[in-house]
Amino acid sequence: MDSSLFFGLSTMAYISAMMVYFTYVAFKKSQIGVIATGITIIGFISQTFAIIMRWKEFADLSGMGFLRSAPLTNLYESMVFFVWCLILGYLIIEFKFKNRSFGAFITPIAGLALAFIDLTGVSKEIQPLVPALKSNWLLAHVTMSFIAYAAFSMSFSTGLMYLITTTEKRSESAYIFWTITLGLFAVLLVSMGIDFFTFKVKVRPEIFIHSYLFRTSFLHSSSVINIISYVLAIAALVLVWRYGYILRTVITKFNVTPDMLDEITYRSIAVGFPIFTLGGLIFGAIWADQAWGVYWSWDPKETWSLITWFIYAFYLHSRMIRGWKGKKVAIVAVMGFMAVIFTYLGVNLLLSGLHAYGSR
Amino acid sequence: MEQQKNNTIADKIWDFLSSVKLAIVIFALISLTSIIGTILEQKGDPERNLEILTRLFGKFLAPTLFTVSEKLGFMDMYHSWWFTGLLVLFSVNLVICSLDRLPRIWKLVHEPIGPLPEENLRKFVISREITIKGKPDTVKDTVASALRKARFHAGEVQEEKDWMFYAQRGKYSRLGVFITHFSILIILIGAMIGIRFGFKGYLNLPEGDVSNVALSGTDREVPFGFEIRCDNFNVDFYGRSDMPKEYRSWLTVIKNGREILRKSIAVNDPLTYEGITFYQSSYGIVPGSLGQGIFVFNTISRDGKSTTVNPRLGESFQVSGTALTAKIIDFSPALRIDEHGHAATYANQMSNPAVFIEFSEGGKNPFSGWILKRHPETWQLPDGSRVEFIDYWGVEFTGLQVRKDPGVWVVYFGCISMSLGLFIAFFMSHRRLWIKVVEEKNTSRVIIGATANKNRAAFERKIDKILSILGKQQEGGK
Ligand code: HEM
Repeated sequence: MDSSLFFGLSTMAYISAMMVYFTYVAFKKSQIGVIATGITIIGFISQTFAIIMRWKEFADLSGMGFLRSAPLTNLYESMVFFVWCLILGYLIIEFKFKNRSFGAFITPIAGLALAFIDLTGVSKEIQPLVPALKSNWLLAHVTMSFIAYAAFSMSFSTGLMYLITTTEKRSESAYIFWTITLGLFAVLLVSMGIDFFTFKVKVRPEIFIHSYLFRTSFLHSSSVINIISYVLAIAALVLVWRYGYILRTVITKFNVTPDMLDEITYRSIAVGFPIFTLGGLIFGAIWADQAWGVYWSWDPKETWSLITWFIYAFYLHSRMIRGWKGKKVAIVAVMGFMAVIFTYLGVNLLLSGLHAYGSR
Repeated sequence: MEQQKNNTIADKIWDFLSSVKLAIVIFALISLTSIIGTILEQKGDPERNLEILTRLFGKFLAPTLFTVSEKLGFMDMYHSWWFTGLLVLFSVNLVICSLDRLPRIWKLVHEPIGPLPEENLRKFVISREITIKGKPDTVKDTVASALRKARFHAGEVQEEKDWMFYAQRGKYSRLGVFITHFSILIILIGAMIGIRFGFKGYLNLPEGDVSNVALSGTDREVPFGFEIRCDNFNVDFYGRSDMPKEYRSWLTVIKNGREILRKSIAVNDPLTYEGITFYQSSYGIVPGSLGQGIFVFNTISRDGKSTTVNPRLGESFQVSGTALTAKIIDFSPALRIDEHGHAATYANQMSNPAVFIEFSEGGKNPFSGWILKRHPETWQLPDGSRVEFIDYWGVEFTGLQVRKDPGVWVVYFGCISMSLGLFIAFFMSHRRLWIKVVEEKNTSRVIIGATANKNRAAFERKIDKILSILGKQQEGGK
């Protein structure tokens, strides 16, 4: 028996929970809701199991003792942990607010994220640690960062839902903002999907991520294909903008009020912000100080964490300005999570790529 | 502040500098400019930055953008005058804003609370009413004990036949925001102390060498006031792979000719002496030294006799307990046998040190071969004795990052108080409540009014719990 069995089980559970939550939102039968929650909990328990097993596998393999062997050392493991935090956070919210409808929003993120890492084959091997990573501060740093990220992703979904439910006119800037955000996500996912199916067979995943991203579309060697990709992307954005209002009718079915969405957005950030400050920024700085003797060196990853932090500080303070309640602050919450994603993935994938090509 | 007219210019400047609007403008400016700083390489090669700009904006725009960003200092923006200016403005904003609000918050914290008229209680966001059997004089005790249970130290007054309770908890939580804000200043001050009174440098110290200075910036020498010696350096690898598991340097601190302190350092485990900290950061081979080092071999005869020998390249030594003479012919820091069986060096680090030894016995030459430090099976000789390759000493240097930062504890103190402040600001709240017990015919009416500046829902649940305790005790006490 090994951890991957349970990881597979939890992926399947989240994906089926997603479908049951969808059914629940459509038919509003409370029994269906209970089933959806049950499946989510099963998925959560088996994922917990899987993480513990992987932890033990790593500890046995590396012989470094249990604490140092937390399964949080690479992209794959951190993503799994992120999903785990997200589901935990969701279950707490479901329990506290007695509202199941968010499940239809959260379980897809969880299921898709797990399926995505499965498909792209992000390296799952248990790898030995390079010396700089052997630090208890690092463990605390990564764990808390991801707990904060999970809270932020919650605020992202509720902030986005808030914008979707409260905007009506297509000329409204908040409407334009959320449709473009959603459209960009879709475009990026689709183009990465195309890259993936074109190149996956040929190259190892790390190389794929570093050097082949967008090579089938925006960065293709032929400028004709470049232009076509940009045109298609813009067409997709326009399409989402044109028909985005349909989503509003869907979300109104969730029976959540804008006030409640605003409240959850604020509460998630109020939980995420201190945790991110302590775990993400402070523990990260202490670790860097221990390892290299500089607690702050303005490297891109650090700087992006700081940018993320500033955006959420922006959020917290802009709520205090009259006339900023509601849509404007929701936009800031959404932007905050985009900064989170960029800190987590973009810095490694895009910036390092940008800088690496320069050296060739 | 908003009620009064602000006439003088000083008032206007004060208002400007204390406004939250300015704060969010600064947040936005720092974030946006920092983004540019992560795209362009800081203190990097100008060519590379030109290349990056070309990749992003095309050949036409790149040269102009390059010139503009160079003029504005974007190539080293975190040290540019305007970024420093932003940080200063940010601090000023923070200080003035806090000073502006402190009196009001201070009053909120210190103002004692007192009884309120009954109708005010109904106006609170959290407001409850229930009717309980019994006269106010008895109900009052139940209320007081319920409040004690909820850990509210309530004041009480009698108003004719009625009773009034008032209590508050967590008034100091209002200071959490101030702690947070001031700790940001403390961190900035700590950083400045570090920049002003500390230094960052590096030191490449060959095994066996002593140094009393580090190089900082472009070849500025910073003296330590003591000497540091590298006794040894070693890399451990994971199994057979070339993946390093640990770098370790054995250092000795020498002051006035006396050895004061010995410590081995590794990544994440530095050495500190007199405020100067030495971090393991890199390593390499001292140029031109490859043939100059000293080998450390342990020779072990078939019957277990062992001796340690320290020959140099080209020298010979005796394998203990045998008539074998070993001559060191060749050395490679990173040996690989290629597909044709030729030995080749594949790296200019000591990734896989190997030594070629020719053994002879009375003029005959029975065997010769490569002995590899990382592969103990090559230590076994055909005649049953062993030559253990322990080290090749004196050719590697350890790369040390050297730092003195008297401000780091100030920064850490700021970090701790910021965590504390945030915890107080977000997870604690100032809760106030008033309870009035009013006499009715045979019953008492209990009216509760309450507020909390944070997390009102939780307070509401707490109040409902108090109510349910009241209801239950009343039944039980009948
Ligand atoms: C990155 C730096 C900053 C951080 C991390 C920070 C943090 C915070 C936090 C956590 C709160 C409580 C928010 C809430 O309860 O929702 C707060 C409130 C506040 N902050 Fe900041 N802050 C920063 C900078 C500033 C600056 C530069 C100003 C200058 C105007 C400012 C003015 C305020 C004010 C007026 C409040 C409201 C205080 C109250 O509730 O009475 N903050 N800040």
